[in-house]
This record gives sequence, structure tokens and C-alpha cells, in this order.
Amino acid sequence: MAEDTGRIVRKIEELSKGQEINLMHLCGTHEDTISKYNLRSILPQNVKLLSGPGCPVCIIPDTDLQKVFHLLENRDVILTTFGDMARVPFEDRSLFYYRSKGKDVRIVYSVFDAVEIAKREEKDVVFFGIGFETTMPSIAVAIKDSPENFYVYSAHRFFIPAIEALVSGDMRIDGFINPGHVSTIVGVKAYERYRKYGIPMAIAGFEPQDVLLAVYMLVRAIRENEGGIFNEYTRAVKYEGNVKAQEVMNEVFHPGDGEWRGLGAIPETGAGIRKDFEEKDAEKVFEDVFENFVPKVDKRKKHCRCGEVLKGLITPKDCRLFMTACTPRNPIGPCMVSFEGTCNIWAKYRIS
Amino acid sequence: MCLAIPAEVVEVEWPYATVDMKGARRKVRVDLLDDVRVGDYVLIHVGLAIQKVSKEEVEEIDRLWQKILEE
Repeated sequence: MAEDTGRIVRKIEELSKGQEINLMHLCGTHEDTISKYNLRSILPQNVKLLSGPGCPVCIIPDTDLQKVFHLLENRDVILTTFGDMARVPFEDRSLFYYRSKGKDVRIVYSVFDAVEIAKREEKDVVFFGIGFETTMPSIAVAIKDSPENFYVYSAHRFFIPAIEALVSGDMRIDGFINPGHVSTIVGVKAYERYRKYGIPMAIAGFEPQDVLLAVYMLVRAIRENEGGIFNEYTRAVKYEGNVKAQEVMNEVFHPGDGEWRGLGAIPETGAGIRKDFEEKDAEKVFEDVFENFVPKVDKRKKHCRCGEVLKGLITPKDCRLFMTACTPRNPIGPCMVSFEGTCNIWAKYRIS
Repeated sequence: MCLAIPAEVVEVEWPYATVDMKGARRKVRVDLLDDVRVGDYVLIHVGLAIQKVSKEEVEEIDRLWQKILEE
């Protein structure tokens, strides 16, 4: 395989000769593959791999986090969420901080584990839900099939409409490496709306060969000046995607404006819980608690450049906090917390 | 969060199935897939099977590589 890799890289070199090419990936797991296998070092210097806003923990604005803290401070609930989210700090607090102070915060592997907790316990169980189209179908299934004392605080975001902000923005991106598992749900067809921009997109899996193959597909399309949607990850992504998963997701969640760290409000990306299921919507059920909620600004994050990292404008090394004040042991921004955050990944593989 | 792991179905109790992820066994929901049977390979994302994957499809990438290399 090493020999084949060399041949693919030479083909990428030939096809990209004389051009500066910026490719953006849209999934934190792609950044992990790229950094782990040091793919940037084997690609020609004129082909740049930028990291995009594909880390669901990183793009959640502080307001959602503060609201969940506020709920914990004011109601005796069992708060469940994924491990990454529990470590994200606001000022000097995180969900783990609240747990150390005696609040009932539990880390789960899946939303169904949170449902099981609700079945066993009498207290109200709130699931702090984050994630994109890959995760939302499981949350939707849980919302439809859970006991009365189970609620969801939805900080989910629809990812596909967010690409609009990237293609129509002022950044020069020549091609996109699209997320493999979001695409497993939404299918190749979800990207049809972006054909009009003439920017090629390649859906890719998560092995190093998958990423290199996607780069090859994109460079070839750029060379021939054709747009197009390519599917490198055919072993998991169908044209129609998983239709049942799309149906249940759309039955439970409705699109609206969604706030993204670094990108601001993006239409159609917010994922509120539909009225039919409002008895499961923590924001509705605990409305009285949120009435007196006032968002604050974390002064510690003043110099954190996570927002620019998420837009591919800078690399972690351009941030003065990177591996000085902000480290994986003592993260300031979510890009350093999450396993899918570019700063955390660069720290892990000691990229310097 | 975007990670999904291929696993083999070892037991089906609709809407759940027990899957084997390279030695680790877990109960997952499979009701967003059609006709899940013992021996099928599925992609698991946070406790939910999101797609069936066949052995042939896993081998497909190797064929693609060969095709490009022969171009």
C-alpha cells in the first residue's frame, strides 16, 4: 500500500502543478486522520488542507452551555450528555465542575443510555443533545420512545445548510472533503443544491487512503474545471442516504436560525424540537427556569481563536494561547477540549 | 461525534440488536434499517445502526484504488 500511496501522491502533484489549491474538510474525524497520518507532509505544498467547522462540540456557542449550567443550578435534574461536552469550560466552570459540586451529571455513550437512566430513576432526566445529522436520528428515536421524565435540550445543528455560508462567503475554497457519516444519513443527493457553485465536493471515509483518494478526485475536478459531487465512501453512503433516519429526524426537529461559534447565525441550521413533541423539549418544559437567564461573556476566552480555526482562517499554531495558556489538560476553548477539535488533535499529535 | 464503527450483528431483538465491534459487544437500536439479520455488518454511531455495509462494499475502495492506479 505504501507504494500505491506514493503513486497517488505523484498523480496529485502532476494534476495540481502550477495551482494553489485550498481544500476544506468538514469533519473533525477527517482532521484526526490527516494529522495522525501526517498527510499534509506528503501532499505537495500547493495543495492545502484546511480544517472546517466539522466539530459539533466546538461550534456550540457559549449561550447553550450557560443555559444548561443555569438549568442545573436551578433545578434538581439528572443531566446527561456526551463526555466531550462535559469538559467544555465557561469561565472556570464545566459540567464536570458541577458534578464535583454534587450535581447529578452523568456521561453517556448514547442517548439510549440516558433513556435507560430515566426508566430507572424517578427524577427528571435531561439529555444535553449536540451533534449534526449523524446524531440527530438517534435523538429523534429516543424522543419518540422514552418515559415521561425524559427531556432533551437540543443544541443540535443541521450541517448541510451551513455549507452555504462557506461556499458563498469570502473565503477561497476550491474544493470540499465532505463528512462521511453525516452523508451516510443525508445521502449524496443532499449536496445537489451546491452544484450551482461549481466547487467540487468529495464525500470521504476516514482511512488515510479515503482522504487521499478524495483529494485526488477534487484535484482532478479542479484541473478540468468542473464542479461535481463525488462519492469516495460508497461502502457507507448511498445516493438517497438513510431515508428512515431522515424521516424521523425531520418529524422531530424543525430547522430555524442556528448560532455557530465563529460563523454566527446561519439560516436553516438550528434544530428545535417540533411542537408535536414539546413535552420532551427541555427549553419548553423548564421555560420558567430560563425566564431569568442572562447570557454572559467569558473574559478568559478573549484571546481564544477557536472561531477562526473553525473557519480554516488560521491553524492552531497561529493562536497565542495554543500550548501556552490553553492545553488539553487545561483547555480554554472547545477546539482544545473536543477529540474532534483541531487544537486538541494538533496537540495530541504534537504538530508544530 | 462523527465516528461510526462497523460491527457484526450477533443477535436481533427488534428494535435492538447485539453487535460485535471487533470483540466488544453492545446492544444498539437497529430500527432505522430494513431487515437486519445475524451476520450482517452495520455501521454504529452512538448506539444506533445508521447503515448496513456489505463486505463487497468494504472491498470496493480497493478496486477504486486499482482503477485509478491503472489510469
